[in-house]
Amino acid sequence: MGEEMKKELTVFDNPRNVKRFLLFFYGCLMLLLIIDPFIYKHGEFPWEDAPEFFAAYGFVSCVLLIFVARLLRHWVKRDEDYYEKL
Amino acid sequence: MVLPEQIVGFPPALLLIGGAILIPWCKGGLKSWLMLMLPILALFILVGSPNGTYWSFQVLEKDLILTRIDSLSRVFAYIFCLVLLLGSIYALREEDDLQYCAAFAYAGGALGVTLAGDVFSLYIFWEVMAVASTFLILARRTKASQAAGIRYILVHVVGGLFLLAGLILYVDRTGSTGFEFIGLKTIDSYLIFVGIAVNAAIPPLHPWLSDAYPEATVPGAVFLSAFTTKSAVYLMARMYPGTELLIWLGAVMTAIPIFYAVLENDIRRVLAYSLINQVGFMMCGIGIGTALAINGTVAHAFCHILYKALLFMAAGSVLQVTGKIRCTDLGGLYKTMPLTCLFCVVGAASISAFPLFSGFVSKSMIISAAAHNKLVIVWLMLQFASAGVFHHAGIKVPYFMFFGHDSGIRAQEPPRNMLVGMGIAAFLCVFLGVYPYPLYAILPYPVDYIPYTGAHVVGQLQLLLFGALAFCLLILSGYYPAEMRAINLDTDWFYRISALRFSRLAEGVLNRMNQGSEHLFVTRLTTRAAAWGERGAAGVLEALMVPFWNLMGLSDQRRQQLNDKLGELIRNGVVPLGISIAAVVFLLSGLYFLQ
Repeated sequence: MGEEMKKELTVFDNPRNVKRFLLFFYGCLMLLLIIDPFIYKHGEFPWEDAPEFFAAYGFVSCVLLIFVARLLRHWVKRDEDYYEKL
Repeated sequence: MVLPEQIVGFPPALLLIGGAILIPWCKGGLKSWLMLMLPILALFILVGSPNGTYWSFQVLEKDLILTRIDSLSRVFAYIFCLVLLLGSIYALREEDDLQYCAAFAYAGGALGVTLAGDVFSLYIFWEVMAVASTFLILARRTKASQAAGIRYILVHVVGGLFLLAGLILYVDRTGSTGFEFIGLKTIDSYLIFVGIAVNAAIPPLHPWLSDAYPEATVPGAVFLSAFTTKSAVYLMARMYPGTELLIWLGAVMTAIPIFYAVLENDIRRVLAYSLINQVGFMMCGIGIGTALAINGTVAHAFCHILYKALLFMAAGSVLQVTGKIRCTDLGGLYKTMPLTCLFCVVGAASISAFPLFSGFVSKSMIISAAAHNKLVIVWLMLQFASAGVFHHAGIKVPYFMFFGHDSGIRAQEPPRNMLVGMGIAAFLCVFLGVYPYPLYAILPYPVDYIPYTGAHVVGQLQLLLFGALAFCLLILSGYYPAEMRAINLDTDWFYRISALRFSRLAEGVLNRMNQGSEHLFVTRLTTRAAAWGERGAAGVLEALMVPFWNLMGLSDQRRQQLNDKLGELIRNGVVPLGISIAAVVFLLSGLYFLQ
């Protein structure tokens, strides 16, 4: 048992590491925003070449996705044994 | 590569179906060896056979062609053999002959469909695939899997009948059994389209997939994720490229399942929904139909089979070692299953189309093709779906299994063969992402596409990472829909409810008719007829005898005695012949006079 316990990874048990991970993540986001205007763009649509378009679109898409999913849940959610009980 | 002439173009389908029959008769090492060698041998045959048709016969004056290798069917045949090999490695310790047989027959059916050069052999292999795959679901041997398996085969029987009806009309119309581009024009082409659309899980015909795959066995889901939908993709790409309807069906198909995937609790069901979403990209590419779009579709099918198999392997490993698969029951498994976690993350990154992973080099071709053709709404929907994929398959699947809240489960890594299967799949996902040119080289059209441009990489990373930011913020704020033990109704509700109502209706109407009939005919009429048979004849005879007895002037007592005796004779069936004859003569003469 003692040996097995040693084999466990506990990286994310330490809140400091979680914080570090999030900082790294936010750093990446900042970096992406900063380098975006310096990239040569060749989009088929005019808005593809707009600065930070994909960042905004990705963020808005995912918020919208969750928003709609929550609405959908109201409509389609049933108990796990819904079909058995019919 | 030079193959002996006899096996050039030998149908891999026959090899694998033959193997499926052999496998249960082998034991131990020989069985494992056979399971690994069969897909490798099939792959060798394919690599060594130049494009062309082989194994063609004439049956009833129709051409049957079992092997047609061209630039389109070749890619699909390669990847089917490859995923069968990976799945076999993964399944080596399953020790369930039913699953081995089913998997090899299923793969044989898929290769048969892919390489069939005529509609008859196409249909036969199509049905082999449907039947064999059902056993991968039934082999889980739970009540839920039995029910899901029955629903699965019923849906595929219906789809198969559409296909069959379409193919018969097609042969009747064209007079030939060969097929190439068909296009949506005539009734037969629509029927064939619907038949294939069922297998491709195009909404609203999709719910069989998210219903059945999560109930399959652990390796079964890996095989299922590869063959049925992708052989349908192949047929669509061959028969209906450039069909505008497919663009819109595909775009809708990428969008709808991701909402369900976000809500779903069962990890393998999340993967099933994301499978539908990925096939949506392929349908869209087929609908666009340009060289770039078809290349993108084929490349995406190739990559998708690998990373989807990898994700199902990782989720299956978790199910195998913990016995659990719901988000609500899992979490924190990275602590004791770091390798499985790593492989799962590679699969998740690939399906999300992260740069340097396989999805990036294939999906982007389809989206670029949509942009080239100025399909604004479709392009926006595909980008939305790309961000959504990352959300549910890219983050949710690894997050809720391996990170998230610590479930307290300390399961160990799965057996080594499963790790090896996942490892090879993960390696291929990264390899194709970093160096896609071997894949590009075998695509149907020459590839003039560069996936790694600055704008593309940065754009994709922004799309994904800011989607991830949304996930983080929503999780932290508690707005993200909590995982809960619940199911979400899908379009299968219609046929499941209809079937139930129909059976209740049939029960109500038919059983009531049955009861009524029983009461009328069995309880009442029969007893009356029996009573009449017993007493009625005596009554008739007595009525006939009364005039004679009157003439003879018998006393009432004597009459009563004779009457009783007559009744007894009739009941015992020992009436003297003379009486019967007299009765008959009397009756006939009576009839004569009445006339």
